Amino acid sequence: MKIFEYMLLAFLVLCAVSVSFSRNLLNSILIFMSFSLIMSIMWILLQSPDLAITEAAVGAGVTTILFFATLKKIHAMDEEKDQDETESRRKEK
Amino acid sequence: MKGTDNRCGGIKAFWRAVWEKDESDSQPEILKLEREYIPDEHAILKHRRDHDRMIEKTYDIEHNRIYGFFRRFYRVAGLLCAMALILILLVQVSYLPPVGNSHNPGSNEVAAKYIEDGLQDTGAVNIVTGMILDYRAFDTFGESNVLFIATCTVLILLRNDKKKGKDSAEEEEKRDSYYEPKNDVILQTITGVLVPIIFIFGIYVILNGHLSPGGGFSGGAIIGAGLILYLNAFGFKKTERFFTEKTYKWVSFSALTFYCLAKSYSFYTGAHHLESGIPLGKAGAIISSGLILPLNICVGMVVACTMYAFFALFRKGGF
Repeated sequence: MKIFEYMLLAFLVLCAVSVSFSRNLLNSILIFMSFSLIMSIMWILLQSPDLAITEAAVGAGVTTILFFATLKKIHAMDEEKDQDETESRRKEK
Repeated sequence: MKGTDNRCGGIKAFWRAVWEKDESDSQPEILKLEREYIPDEHAILKHRRDHDRMIEKTYDIEHNRIYGFFRRFYRVAGLLCAMALILILLVQVSYLPPVGNSHNPGSNEVAAKYIEDGLQDTGAVNIVTGMILDYRAFDTFGESNVLFIATCTVLILLRNDKKKGKDSAEEEEKRDSYYEPKNDVILQTITGVLVPIIFIFGIYVILNGHLSPGGGFSGGAIIGAGLILYLNAFGFKKTERFFTEKTYKWVSFSALTFYCLAKSYSFYTGAHHLESGIPLGKAGAIISSGLILPLNICVGMVVACTMYAFFALFRKGGF
């Protein structure tokens, strides 16, 4: 169990660092979501199930969805599609 | 309004055309503008020359001493500020009491009182809920209000002021959710199975807040997430049948008012050493622990509605 805890903690640090170093906003949000999920497991291991439920619902669920909606609004998700389209068009030519 | 829209569209089309031209410079595309734009080349060149000269003059380190000085000064000052902050924080850390000491200010008689008398005072088996909604109910009331005010702020920022019923096909097409896959069979089937379970789990967490882990906020967040899933699968037309802006306003208003009145009553009676007359019931039963159960339901409703309102505002700018 101790080893499992240390693995989770190491993964937490890894997630926290890689969120800030990721160039793609979509990837950042997905890593942030996994951070929240691991954090909720950590809360259970720290014997605080109240916080675990809240963290799983708010951190991993609602916040991530709101981030996705914002990305959609600012057209940050369309960019890749546009790039792909132009690349494929270039290949056709 | 219409004119500005047209102009914005023109500018967007122009930049798109420029961008695509840069991307595929082998085949220059002809720009199609609504109005022909004849640039005054002489004026533009003059302006650019002046601009370049000014930039050169301003950012010339050798001649403009002030710029050079400030460029160095900002770097040094930023470094000094960061070092000072780190130093102050480290000095403060050295004054903190050691972890686990029995004389720490954290382990005073309050924590012991909560743990020893919590069940007797509040009637809640789950001490955390007893603390949140009885000993420190005023904090929770403030938190619910913070959520409500946050929704109001989002409403001010993201609200779409167009009236309903005016939704013509053209406006529908402009909305960014128009091109999303609608009536997705996989999503709808899974939502039909999952959403009732999520709702029941959320209601269970809220109603058992004083017996098992959970409570108003967690359960409300679960129900809100379920509502968002339902909205994503079936669209706004189905959710508008049971959840509109009016519903949100009335649910939030009545829940917060009930919370405020109930807690005011218990604070009043407590401060004047009167009997509140609210039975605590048998510890461990669903209907027990006095005011905690209705307050949990209030907080849960406010949180669930707020979560859904946030998503609806982000998505569409309305309910």
